[in-house]
Amino acid sequence: MDMNSFSPLMPTSPLSMINQIRFEDEPDLKDLLITVDEPESHVTTIETFITYRIVTKTSRGEFDASEFEVRRRYQDFLWLKGKLEEAHPTLIIPPLPEKFIVKGMVERFNDDFIETRRKALHKFLNRIADHPTLTFNEDFKVFLTAQAWELSSHKKQGPGLLSRMGQTARAVASSLRGVKNRPEEFMDMNNFIETFSQKINLIDKISQRIYKEERDYFEEMKEYGPIHILWSASEEDLVDSLKGIASCIDKCCKATEKRMFGLSETLLPVVHEYVLYSEMLMGVMKRRDQIQAELDSKVEALTYKKADTDLLTEEIGKLEDKVECANNAMKADWERWKQNMQNDIKSAFTDMAEENISYYEQCLATWESFLTSQTDLHLEETSEEKS
Amino acid sequence: MTENNFWLKKIEISVSEAEKRTGRNAMNMQETYTAYLIETRSVEHSDGQSVLTDSLWRRYSEFELLRNYLLAFYPHVVVPPLPEKRAEFVWHKLSADNMDPDFVERRRIGLENFLLRLASHPILCRDKIFYLFLTQEGNWKETVNETGFQLKADSRLKALNATFRVKNPDKRFTELKHYSDELQSVISHLLRVRARVADRLYGVYKVHGNYGRVFSCMCRESCTVYRMLFLTRYASSIDDILEDEEHYADQLKEYLFYAEALRAVCRKHELMQYDLEMAAQDLASKKQQCEELATGTVRTFSLKGMTTKLFGQETPEQREARIKVLEEQISEGEQQLKSKNLEGREFVKNAWADIERFKEQKNHDLKEALISYAVMQISMCKKGIQVWTNAKECFSKM
Repeated sequence: MDMNSFSPLMPTSPLSMINQIRFEDEPDLKDLLITVDEPESHVTTIETFITYRIVTKTSRGEFDASEFEVRRRYQDFLWLKGKLEEAHPTLIIPPLPEKFIVKGMVERFNDDFIETRRKALHKFLNRIADHPTLTFNEDFKVFLTAQAWELSSHKKQGPGLLSRMGQTARAVASSLRGVKNRPEEFMDMNNFIETFSQKINLIDKISQRIYKEERDYFEEMKEYGPIHILWSASEEDLVDSLKGIASCIDKCCKATEKRMFGLSETLLPVVHEYVLYSEMLMGVMKRRDQIQAELDSKVEALTYKKADTDLLTEEIGKLEDKVECANNAMKADWERWKQNMQNDIKSAFTDMAEENISYYEQCLATWESFLTSQTDLHLEETSEEKS
Repeated sequence: MTENNFWLKKIEISVSEAEKRTGRNAMNMQETYTAYLIETRSVEHSDGQSVLTDSLWRRYSEFELLRNYLLAFYPHVVVPPLPEKRAEFVWHKLSADNMDPDFVERRRIGLENFLLRLASHPILCRDKIFYLFLTQEGNWKETVNETGFQLKADSRLKALNATFRVKNPDKRFTELKHYSDELQSVISHLLRVRARVADRLYGVYKVHGNYGRVFSCMCRESCTVYRMLFLTRYASSIDDILEDEEHYADQLKEYLFYAEALRAVCRKHELMQYDLEMAAQDLASKKQQCEELATGTVRTFSLKGMTTKLFGQETPEQREARIKVLEEQISEGEQQLKSKNLEGREFVKNAWADIERFKEQKNHDLKEALISYAVMQISMCKKGIQVWTNAKECFSKM
């Protein structure tokens, strides 16, 4: 398998080290800025598909210009991901949004679906840009800069379909062997991945439920306020109170909408991305196990003297290097990924708590001001009665 | 009379307990019902201490009997309504079962409220049957039935007929009827939507509880599990919040049922007015008949007229006799009309006085209810802020 010429343990520039730490907080330190926007529908006789505009701004020397604008479709993203996985089998490649969502979709291309996908694709490219190794991948550069026809011709190069199929067959056969000889630190990692996957899937389901419940609550609330206005039409003495309540309910309704929106903007995409990441991680672990399995099978062959021992020893030497590189790459990337994950999840949930606090504070203020207005009126009325 | 002395002292009425009972019903089949303990205390002016004077058990059907009696004997009064017979406007978690302890508890409060309303009503509080309801356990049902109130009550059919045919009801009652229809419609709508909102709110809170369990394992070793209990507590706090809101819903429901009481008074007025109009009409036609017989002209078509034309005129003696009868009837009719008119005016005056009293009570009560709703919301928001501030702290230490 191909390996990128740069070792992941030696970042090539101080700038990419800084990229390792910050994500999207300080754009002025980044030398590669990518945005994904403007989804457009394309209709041909055979199919309908969506393309997204990718704008890249860069100060890097290896790029021919400082600004690029291209259009890409989901298939192109899939291709990029495949190339990255080929080149770096034991690095944690960022996940892509799902191909399609089966549950509850009437048409493939409704607005919410496109917007969610656009945001996820934007995240995908930026995560690659922030990765100390992946950011310098050649296919990544081509993806960001090549015009449509250039990309097509570039895609045709590289290992064909048949060789990739062969790889898959070998992979299935040898994966089990790799698992048996897995070093302890990777066993621990695997346990973590399995637990994490369970937890994050659960959190994803719960978060989606919460969004749905909040949305249903919002829909009912919308009807609640106006009834009080209707009532006030037949009650001359209660007009102020009823209109006051109606206005409070409407304001709380708007606050609920804002809270809902916050949930869908921050928490849900983050949690869902990590659901996809957890699947990705299992794939990475599998690939690591495969590389190990290749080595193990050759070692076994040597023990039973099945083939030319000199050739085998040479091959084993190469494979031992390969395994060591793969393991080190994975370990380093794992640490980086774990750190990012903890930060992302922590900040997503802290934001959610913040949204809820702000929601309740807004509602509190509305109701308190209504109460003050009512009790002031009451005091006025009783003093009028007395005098 | 003893009951006047009873009311001169200050009394406190409470429905303090509810008990499940089994017994045999009218068809000698076993049934389960709830009985409520009514305690009456009189408060001595001098030292403010209250002494238990009476305590007895009544079931819901006896309350209904009391109310039906009051409706029949005091048609000009807006008679306070009973709490609902069956649970309506329920949101899904709330039970619609009459035997459910929460429902029984809310009904106990509603029945107490009903008795307090009666005791504070200037007219109803003096009623003897009401006094006996509070003091005489055995034989009370027979006593009520002996009053013959069922006969006094107007038939629904008669009332419906009058509503359609009355020509000149007092405009204020027509407006009042219209108002009570609107009140009923808007409060029903409000209660329905409130129940749906409560349902949704319940869902939002409860799902957050699921987070609690998942998170307790995602924290680093140094954290304690108790921190994530906040979310579990948040989830269970909704039960208390919605219980308070149910009390608010009950306050609105009382006025929903009051709408029917208002309509009952309007119906009585329409009935009396219709009766009056019919009597006046009858009188007018008799007077005309008399005039025609006296002058010999037939202005209106009558069977008698036709037959006389066919079979010959009647004798002057017969005609005289008929005129005499009619004159008697007319004089009777005029007396009746006079007294009916007086009755009608008395009714309108008394009814309107009670309606004014009711309006003031309603404005006061509803305003208080709306304010209490705001207070509930404020408390809910404060709790929410507390929970999420703690949660935020926990998350930041993750």
